[in-house]
Amino acid sequence: MVPTSASLFRRQTGSDLAILEAKGLTVGIPTEDGTVHAVRNVSFSIKPGSLFGIAGESGSGKSVLTQAVMGLLPNADIGGEVWFEGRNLIGLSQEEMRRLRGGRIGMIFQDPLSSLHPFYTIGAQIAEVLHAHETISPAEARARVVDMLGKVGIPAPAERFDDYPHQFSGGMRQRVMIAMALILKPALVIADEPTTALDVTVQAQIVALLDTMRRDFGTTVILITHDLGLLSSVADDVMVMYAGHRLEYGRAEDVFRAPAHPYTAGLLRSTPASYRPGTELAPIGGRPPSLLATPAGCVFAPRCTEALPRCSSEPPPLRRYSDGVEALCWLEEGASTVRPTAKTATIAVKAAPPEPVAEIDDVCLTYQVGSFFGPKRALNVLKGVNLTVGRGETIGLVGESGCGKSTLARIVAGLVPATSGRVRVLGRDMGALDARQWREMRREVQLVFQDPFGSLNPRRRVGAIIGDPFRLHGLAKGDERREKVRHLMERVGLNPEHYNRFPAEFSGGQRQRIGIARALALNPALIICDEPVSALDVSIQAQVLNLLRELQRDLGLTYLFISHDLSVVRHVCDRIAVMQGGRIVEMETAERLFADPQHDYTRTLLSASKTLPAFAEAGRRSLVETRVAS
Amino acid sequence: MIRFLTHRVGFGAGVLLVLSAFVFFLFFVAPGDPARMIAGDKATESQLAQIRKNLGVDRPIVVQYGVFMQKALSGDLGFSYRNQQPVAPIILRRIPVTLSLVLGGAVLWLSIGVPIGIMSARHVGSLRDRLGQAFILVGLSFPTFVLGMMSLYLLYFMPKQAGFTLFPAGGYKALASNPALWAWHLALPWTTLAMTMAAIYARLTRGQMLDVMGEDYIRTARAKGLTERRVVWKHGMRAALTPLVTQLGADIALLLGGVIVIEQVYGLQGVGALAVQAVANQDRPIIIGVVLLGGLFIVIANIVVDLLYVLLDPRVR
Ligand SMILES: Nc1ncnc2c1ncn2[C@@H]1O[C@H](COP(=O)(O)OP(=O)(O)OP(=O)(O)O)[C@@H](O)[C@H]1O
Ligand code: SF4
Ligand SMILES: [Mg+2]
Repeated sequence: MVPTSASLFRRQTGSDLAILEAKGLTVGIPTEDGTVHAVRNVSFSIKPGSLFGIAGESGSGKSVLTQAVMGLLPNADIGGEVWFEGRNLIGLSQEEMRRLRGGRIGMIFQDPLSSLHPFYTIGAQIAEVLHAHETISPAEARARVVDMLGKVGIPAPAERFDDYPHQFSGGMRQRVMIAMALILKPALVIADEPTTALDVTVQAQIVALLDTMRRDFGTTVILITHDLGLLSSVADDVMVMYAGHRLEYGRAEDVFRAPAHPYTAGLLRSTPASYRPGTELAPIGGRPPSLLATPAGCVFAPRCTEALPRCSSEPPPLRRYSDGVEALCWLEEGASTVRPTAKTATIAVKAAPPEPVAEIDDVCLTYQVGSFFGPKRALNVLKGVNLTVGRGETIGLVGESGCGKSTLARIVAGLVPATSGRVRVLGRDMGALDARQWREMRREVQLVFQDPFGSLNPRRRVGAIIGDPFRLHGLAKGDERREKVRHLMERVGLNPEHYNRFPAEFSGGQRQRIGIARALALNPALIICDEPVSALDVSIQAQVLNLLRELQRDLGLTYLFISHDLSVVRHVCDRIAVMQGGRIVEMETAERLFADPQHDYTRTLLSASKTLPAFAEAGRRSLVETRVAS
Repeated sequence: MIRFLTHRVGFGAGVLLVLSAFVFFLFFVAPGDPARMIAGDKATESQLAQIRKNLGVDRPIVVQYGVFMQKALSGDLGFSYRNQQPVAPIILRRIPVTLSLVLGGAVLWLSIGVPIGIMSARHVGSLRDRLGQAFILVGLSFPTFVLGMMSLYLLYFMPKQAGFTLFPAGGYKALASNPALWAWHLALPWTTLAMTMAAIYARLTRGQMLDVMGEDYIRTARAKGLTERRVVWKHGMRAALTPLVTQLGADIALLLGGVIVIEQVYGLQGVGALAVQAVANQDRPIIIGVVLLGGLFIVIANIVVDLLYVLLDPRVR
């Protein structure tokens, strides 16, 4: 049987031109709690040679969908059809699937370090693909692998063939993964978050490489990512998923310019990448639903700002618009593209230089490192950093991993002594404190970390965690402490009634609020946020960023805000310091830095971070067809 | 590398030194008079004094230890109280027996335990997994001597009753003289040893494989289109190997110090049997010799395991 149509509607392209076509794909994963409905009735069609983007928050089913298609989820219940090269992949035997994998369909995964076997050389791992699908001599395989490594931009590939993954940088490892996925010139490559684990500038290189490779080899690419800025710049078509449903589907240009579905619109509004000066991020309230239950109406209804009365009781119909965009929604006209009215958000640039809270003066830090067998050598992490943080300011610290951002944060917090140089907080030299003074200063500088789960003790109640600073410093006790903690919880947008819950019962964003509440407890002079939103989804990220700004406005807080994401930093910071290789190479107000970057490295960073196109005026499209849910 | 080796060998020598001192002083403070042991109940006080003088046990303990260490360094571990023969050759004679038992057993327990562990891990929760788990439970819960008695009854006694010898009840034939006879005699001891150890290794392998098979690089291996056999054996086992090798080194070293119960059950004159006799006879030089030998094996095994570790894991090279 030849597939007829990918979409529930007939599309002009003609379906036999599609390289991969899914029809009513459904994936359920049996678990102890019941079946997780990770993918529900998803259809799409991918044109040969195109780049197909799948977007959606964490847990929306993007990875499950692709892995089910590839036969990598042996325990899942899979329904529907997926047509590839004239065959329905659902229902192929294990052996038939195995021959397709690596040969006709290549895969690239998120974390290139953990995705490569640590004990085999990269050359051997790539050559294995050849041996699995062809009869080929080792010498010939080696020659082809070296050639491919050269193509993906590994310098001196013949010499690197026998190196192990740990001898490569993150970006190079991802190049190796790309070489592995493309060496047999597969018709289709599925890249599942291929750049998430990489630094921004490296991300841009990897995406560019993927793009070149697909043009050179004529490969079709499925790119899964939650980075909407990235998708808007490279994808031909996109599909937006939420809780296993395909909520919106269409040409990337149309979808990003004027999203038809309220969820897509909400995602775009909450993305810092779409930031325009003078506006505030508009987070999507609430959190994604459980996938165990089947909702009566629209899955997005509990979080939708445009919900109609029928939305929560009747499954929404599929709408198709004049530009081919499809949305699963009751709204006939599509989502409103009006931005929420911009509050006066940006903090006016301070006229007089504010009184300094922290002064960092020519700080250096050197670690002694040595391999097990070799001699010790000095590793210079910080090479003379100067920075002053004024009261009420937010200073952003950006730079790639390993440039020394977190090390600097720890020195300012007094957790690590500097090798040379001086750090003064509130005028006191952090290097010259006795034990009692040091404890006192610990109150003044608080840290909020990236991983909201790892930094909270899972066996302690949230009330106790937030009350910790009071306990450690012997301040409020008993009912008084309890009252203060409840007040703090309210302040950061947590329900005070959840006082007795454990961290595991909160979502990522809520855990980050717990971390913030704990940091706020003792009215610190300085709060250092080390990648506070990097682990969160865009909609949640926006909630936390807005909270941080609101607290600053109300309480006059001072932040040192560390991030690798320029768009996040731009959104919250007054001044931005760009760090590279243990030095601050440029320091400017946020707007000037973006408008007129001086240092080469800043320019590289800026060009690597993607921004989204502006929303178009509504009313460009008209409803063409509606199909009621069956 | 050289630095690492000298460091480890030096450390091992230190451990042996401390161990020797510990056993030596332990026996010194323990009750019992060696002279009385040797001369018997009827010996007179002056005879005993003479014997003590000959043995050197009348001198201060520190001097005795000094003399012992001095001789030990040249390979002389003193004389057995029991039959006045040098200790070192007595122990050395026993080593081939124990070595045959342990190394042969290791081959057997690995070839049983590892595949069972892998099978269990690959089909978690299935019937095969439950069978594997049952095997582990049985192997771990039966004491060695019960397993030994059972194999003796089933594989020696019952066939014997039926009029033929399937396996001999015990004894040892040297490998050099007749390999087939050597293996035939050791078959039952190997099986007994391997039952318990295979269960331990099946459990270890199962746990390791469960961890490893969830790793991202296993998903990559599948995405490359490798056969499941290759995914499991080449990619999975390679990663699970390091902890297995570490455990194997420790186990072999420990068993080489004497496989007491099995040697007793099958009448094998190995190091373990020697230790039992020496303890029964209060033959202190032999006991000290056996303890030091065990310590030596453990020290050597540790160095070998560390070297293997470096060899196996390119990241620590
Ligand atoms: N092996 C599994 N067993 C049970 N549930 C699973 C399994 N794998 C995924 N899930 C669930 O399926 C849902 C979809 O997960 P999936 O990994 O596809 O999300 P995703 O969109 O790729 O998210 P992310 O952006 O975090 O990668 C989640 O609720 C997840 O918890
Ligand atoms: S169907 Fe209703 S609730 Fe769902 S997205 Fe559309 S408007 Fe919102
Ligand atoms: Mg995923």
